[in-house]
Amino acid sequence: MAGTAVRGRLTWVTATVDAMMDETAHVRTLVLSVPGWGGHQAGQHLDIRLTGDDGYRAERSYSIASAPGEPVAITVERLDDGEVSPYLTQDVQLGDEIEVRGPIGGYFVWEPVLDGDAPLLLAAGGSGVVPLRAMLRHRMQLGSSVPVRLLYSVRSLAEVIYRSELDEASDGVAVIYTLTRQQPPGWTGYARRVDQQMMAEVAWPVAREPLAYVCGPTNFVEAVAGDLVALGYPPQRVKTERFGATGTP
Amino acid sequence: MEALEDGVLDGNAIGGLLIELFGTEMTTAVGVCGSCGTVGQVAEMAVYQAKMGTVARCRVCDNVLMVFVEIRGITCVDLRGLASLS
Repeated sequence: MAGTAVRGRLTWVTATVDAMMDETAHVRTLVLSVPGWGGHQAGQHLDIRLTGDDGYRAERSYSIASAPGEPVAITVERLDDGEVSPYLTQDVQLGDEIEVRGPIGGYFVWEPVLDGDAPLLLAAGGSGVVPLRAMLRHRMQLGSSVPVRLLYSVRSLAEVIYRSELDEASDGVAVIYTLTRQQPPGWTGYARRVDQQMMAEVAWPVAREPLAYVCGPTNFVEAVAGDLVALGYPPQRVKTERFGATGTP
Repeated sequence: MEALEDGVLDGNAIGGLLIELFGTEMTTAVGVCGSCGTVGQVAEMAVYQAKMGTVARCRVCDNVLMVFVEIRGITCVDLRGLASLS
């Protein structure tokens, strides 16, 4: 079947790196030109495959950072012992080719038409903010007035991804940080890991029938989703996406 | 439902693999655990990835629902832990 194109089937295509932006000291956004890209939804991801000179292959999934209709972008955090992220954050050059498969996923997506005016509670641990940023951009693009609260757990302000964009967040979007390791002098915000008390203060009341999206390392997602359900959020209104252990946000 | 340990993923992580195997988006497909009867979307399953293959387990009873092993370029799929998948 190799080389056979089956209609509607997801296949690997060769994408080109069109632009790169450093987000933090360890995080970089890559804008990709993907031939035949059929569009994506906010929250979806794509798979990347790198093949070494010896034929060894490594595959990783990355959330799509851009809104539907925007050029495909991924935001990659460098893991020093990683097989793929050091290449994507340090070695890759403009014009380089990368194998891509996507878009992928129908569960962790925000569908403004179906989901109506439900307020959004977005909770990010570290680079879990990436698919949530796609949702924020999508909301802005639509001119939507759906109220949003983003709770972003991150070690320090220096590690906040998309900081200038989040600081300029539009009407109806509140960004709440919790800085778990290091806080600037005079910091009055949260300075601890997410807990039920924090979720009770930050989360929309259940009566408003909110929709929650939680993305981050597994322990973060487990804690937040557990707290939301304990606060009365129906489990089916709490969408979760976990990524592997990459350090604690 | 026990909290998952760090490093354990969920069914979102195998979305690409499942599209390759089944030809369609599967993370919103609903699986029924053949052991305890829990009904849940694929995205909500606990997923363990290792060099030798991928295992999806029930979040409630830990029953093995799906196993994927790639041998010489061919992916072998075992869905015997599922009562149904639709």
